[in-house]
Amino acid sequence: MSENKSMGQVFFNGIIPENPTFRLVLGTCPTLAVTTSAINGVGMGAAATFVLVCSNLVISLLRNFIPNKVRIPAFIVIICTFVTMVQMLMQAYLPSLYESLGIFIPLIVVNCIILARAEAFASKNTPILSAADGLGMGLGFTLALTLMGSIRELIGSGSVFGLNVLGAGYQPMLLIVLASGGFLTYGLLLGLFNLAVRKLEEKRARKEAEEA
Amino acid sequence: MSANMNVFLFFVSCVLTNNFIFSRFLGCCPFLGVSNKVETSFSMGMAVTFVMTIASLCCYMIYNWLLIPLGLKFMNTIAFILVIAALVQFVEMFLKKNSPTLYSALGIYLPLITTNCAVLGVTTLNVNNGYNMLYAVLNGAFSALGFTLAIVLMAGVRERLESSKIPECMKGFPITLVSAGLMAVAFMGFSGLV
Amino acid sequence: MSLRLSTAPHVHNPVTTQRLMICVIIALLPCTAVGIYAFGLPALILVAVSCVSAVVFELLWQVIAHQEVRIKDCSALVTGLILGLNLPAAAPWWVAVIGSGFAILIVKQLFGGLGDNFLNPAMAARAVLLASWPVHMTHYVAPTFFAGTLGFDAVSTATLLVTKSAALQDLFLGNIPGTIGEVSKIAILAGFLFLLVTKTVSWRIPVVMVGSVALFSWAFGGDPLMAVLSGGVLFGAVFMATDYVTSPMTPWGQVIYAFMIGLIVTLIRQFGSYPEGVTYGILLMNICTPLIDRFLPRHIYGHVKTEGKKEAKQA
Repeated sequence: MSENKSMGQVFFNGIIPENPTFRLVLGTCPTLAVTTSAINGVGMGAAATFVLVCSNLVISLLRNFIPNKVRIPAFIVIICTFVTMVQMLMQAYLPSLYESLGIFIPLIVVNCIILARAEAFASKNTPILSAADGLGMGLGFTLALTLMGSIRELIGSGSVFGLNVLGAGYQPMLLIVLASGGFLTYGLLLGLFNLAVRKLEEKRARKEAEEA
Repeated sequence: MSANMNVFLFFVSCVLTNNFIFSRFLGCCPFLGVSNKVETSFSMGMAVTFVMTIASLCCYMIYNWLLIPLGLKFMNTIAFILVIAALVQFVEMFLKKNSPTLYSALGIYLPLITTNCAVLGVTTLNVNNGYNMLYAVLNGAFSALGFTLAIVLMAGVRERLESSKIPECMKGFPITLVSAGLMAVAFMGFSGLV
Repeated sequence: MSLRLSTAPHVHNPVTTQRLMICVIIALLPCTAVGIYAFGLPALILVAVSCVSAVVFELLWQVIAHQEVRIKDCSALVTGLILGLNLPAAAPWWVAVIGSGFAILIVKQLFGGLGDNFLNPAMAARAVLLASWPVHMTHYVAPTFFAGTLGFDAVSTATLLVTKSAALQDLFLGNIPGTIGEVSKIAILAGFLFLLVTKTVSWRIPVVMVGSVALFSWAFGGDPLMAVLSGGVLFGAVFMATDYVTSPMTPWGQVIYAFMIGLIVTLIRQFGSYPEGVTYGILLMNICTPLIDRFLPRHIYGHVKTEGKKEAKQA
């Protein structure tokens, strides 16, 4: 699958067509847990992107040396190394973000997106393509988290990125930034996304039918 | 949560008030993925309970008796995930040999548990909250029971939804997420119980 | 929220649904009247806004989704009415609109509409409102009986669940602070009687639920009569726990369901951070209903089923 794919295609694949959050529905735990504000969404997305790019690159470089039988534990060790690096970097330079993301930073290790890309892409493709795939997937994840974080922050606290948008008269719907609000927002956004995709496909099918 | 909390209150806290799914978002992937049928959900819950209890104990011992003396605290994530992966493998082999019935009931779920963030989550929480050995093990067992409760209730609801006229775009994950959200609203009633 | 046709063994039939819904509305009229009399014009506005917006949201959904418009079955009206009666009289009007929207669009229509919702829409909406705007949703005012004319110059008070004292006659007549519909116990009992006479609901769920609340509050050292008459226990038992769609189908299932609601209500009242637990008790048991139905043998249909199986085996 790799040879005739251009880097651009691989990169954009993760942003829309195979968006990890809205199309593949992977990595739901951090998606639900940290998106109480836009900045948390960006922070989590950036951390996951860093891990994704680095682990994809390294796994791809080592893909011919890792014995097939122990590949999953090997992938996990590689991923875990980068997660620990991110954890320490954030603790040192972004302590407040580190506090608010809490336990979900070490849990990037078991984020299914990362292991899934390692297994499905990086272990079969060249390092450069794998890095592009990681970057695309990471950005797709970051965009989705930022979108959800912004929506929840807007409804639940009346602000986006900490800037008060809706004015002092707005009475925030607290539920949306609580646990149940995470499930509800994600479910409704996913439904809307499916609806939009279906409408687009119907339109395309109609166009093709007309041309034929 | 003080480390010396009464065991019964601790149970209520882990199962109802601070339910892993509905208030901590740990273990959402299997919760959304394996909650189609009540029986399979229950088996999954039992497998998770099994692994989480033993993992809490093992990780407690590794952390306090190995990592701290060696000054390798920062290695906890990597140590824990390896312990969990090895443990799952070991449990799988053990069950296969000694209890084929249990193995056939839990077998297919065991490999999935390695990447269940509830397991790594509970071991990390044990460290962060400074639980002693008893409470670390209890936390693992009770939190997993809370997970089981959530996934079985969800399966009951989803079996019922199968015959519903759900709009096309909401079928599958979206409606499951919305159901989970509504269930989380109901679970908020337990807040403050402990 | 309230009485809806369940999937099996009931059959969807708009005429029957409409008749049931109209019975419920008639049964709710005494509470509505007393509530509006007690709390004055703001209560009337709130209930009206809630009803109208529920029907409008239902209509909008059915038009946009190209479904058959079925607002004539009155189920949306019942949802709106019950939600309105579950609001404190001082709540702002937009709370009622958002509540109705949530109940109709998300809790009911997203799951497939009438008969497919697994939670009582009005209850779920109330819980959502309570979590979102706790200040508005727990700001109770004492009844004014139109004394203060418009608005509330009356003092805002805590519910009885907090003060734990009131004269029995006030409890019965509705001279207590609380949500619009729950204040007068006589009006609720009148509605219950009507529902029983018209065979709209069976006695089982309300009676067992009230008995269970009394039992457990006595066990926890409270006054059982006070526990039953204060808060929303009676209103919830008669109008919300009895919802066909979200309560178990078998008699024993209903007994377990109602009994557990009583236990949860008392636990939340005694130990929880919310003053009232009826909403959560009903919602939590709504969630358990599919499991109760699944694991409890159906007494009425059971015989036929086993015989059928035997015949099948013999054949």
